[in-house]
Amino acid sequence: MTQPTINPPFWLLAELTYRCPLHCVFCYNPVNYDSIKSELTTAEWIRVMQEARALGAAQMGFSGGEPLLRDDLEALVAHARELGFYTNLITSGVGLNEKRIAALKTAGLDHIQLSFQDSTQEMNDFLSSTKTFELKKKVAGLIKQYDYPMVLNVVLHRHNIVHVDKIMDMALDLGAEYLELANTQYYGWAMQNRAQLLPTREQIVAAEETVKTYREKVGKRCKILFVVPDYFEDRPKACMNGWGSIFLDIAPDGAALPCHNARQLPGLNIPNVKDHSIRDIWYDSQAFNVFRGDDWMQEPCRSCSEKEKDFGGCRCQAFLLLGDAAATDPVCAKSPQHHVVTDIIKQASVAPETTQRQEHPLVFRTDKNSRLISESVGATPTIRS
Amino acid sequence: MTEITDTPLPERPSLNKMFRLQWEPAQKAHVLLYPEGMVKLNQSAAEILKRCDGERTIAQLIADIEQAFGEKDLRDPVMGMLRTAFEQDWIQ
Repeated sequence: MTQPTINPPFWLLAELTYRCPLHCVFCYNPVNYDSIKSELTTAEWIRVMQEARALGAAQMGFSGGEPLLRDDLEALVAHARELGFYTNLITSGVGLNEKRIAALKTAGLDHIQLSFQDSTQEMNDFLSSTKTFELKKKVAGLIKQYDYPMVLNVVLHRHNIVHVDKIMDMALDLGAEYLELANTQYYGWAMQNRAQLLPTREQIVAAEETVKTYREKVGKRCKILFVVPDYFEDRPKACMNGWGSIFLDIAPDGAALPCHNARQLPGLNIPNVKDHSIRDIWYDSQAFNVFRGDDWMQEPCRSCSEKEKDFGGCRCQAFLLLGDAAATDPVCAKSPQHHVVTDIIKQASVAPETTQRQEHPLVFRTDKNSRLISESVGATPTIRS
Repeated sequence: MTEITDTPLPERPSLNKMFRLQWEPAQKAHVLLYPEGMVKLNQSAAEILKRCDGERTIAQLIADIEQAFGEKDLRDPVMGMLRTAFEQDWIQ
């Protein structure tokens, strides 16, 4: 047994609220978000920031839901900046008018990451179930005007990956300096909609080729990141850079999580910042220690030469796909259950669009759907393989 | 990446606006913070980057560093560091 060394947290992610004006089908928020009320107060957030900063955290993300729905966002950013955090706002842009961006600039906000659902109004608005495309373009203009680097994030899936070229054109038109083409990760709402969203291998290969061509053409003007969906890899992602290694996520209600989706894992005793200090949570809580180091690992991870590299992959994915959070992430070709993933990919390539639509209509992230799903499965996401 | 290496260094280097240089007590080091990441710097790298203020020329910067460290002939290591910083987009 290797006793893991516990390094201080590096990333503090403040999920200020689960409320959101958008209804994205690929949202990673928990499907039962509607049952999670009682958001932390401004004072509680400030204490969280102070304690995490004292432990050594240097990066701070303000996220959600839509963080702009909190009217204390500017005050929280100012506090974070004063404490020495590098402050990142992760937003849909809805609610970011000139008054607020000016106030955020004054508060010392370092960086804004703006999400787009697609390059066209039709698809953007359809996938987020809103009319937000024109508004987002306006916000992109404000971001430039206030001298922020323009960092765009677009979540890819089978409906928009086919015109990744148009998405890159849009990003260049908007003057983006960074474009993150992030393939959907299948958790939360995205998991509900996986049959509808998972691209085919051919789509991924074609998109990668297109991205390569653009990168050569664009050079240093815009850095384009393409995050391959892990289902299509044969080694798992080093999720969170290892459990309880650098990442500390505080959910709207104060639940302290080692990753965004940890709430759904069985057997996890999730601490709340209302009851515990960040130091106790990070160093001593059961939830943050359970998958630290390698003592928890099963074969083939336990004796694997790559276990220090990928830490056995993602615990939530192992649970969602296999029902066992301590299993090897089945994305790994060494996993005896790897066929679970390859079967899912196979289904994506053979099932005709129309049949899939009828069998699994897209479930938009709405309060009503959240309640329905929570009631039907007892607040546990459905496990489909 | 030869095309980047051949690009001349900026005359008066300044920190790229994406990056912030600060002292981190937990790391006991200067670091460069940027969106969602951090680079830990050694002392000489930090001293050089501190002087990338968009006002000093490279020649002034080298003279400054030589004075601060009480050493001569630091041109090569400073230029090496600036080259790395430029290729990493830390300076512009």
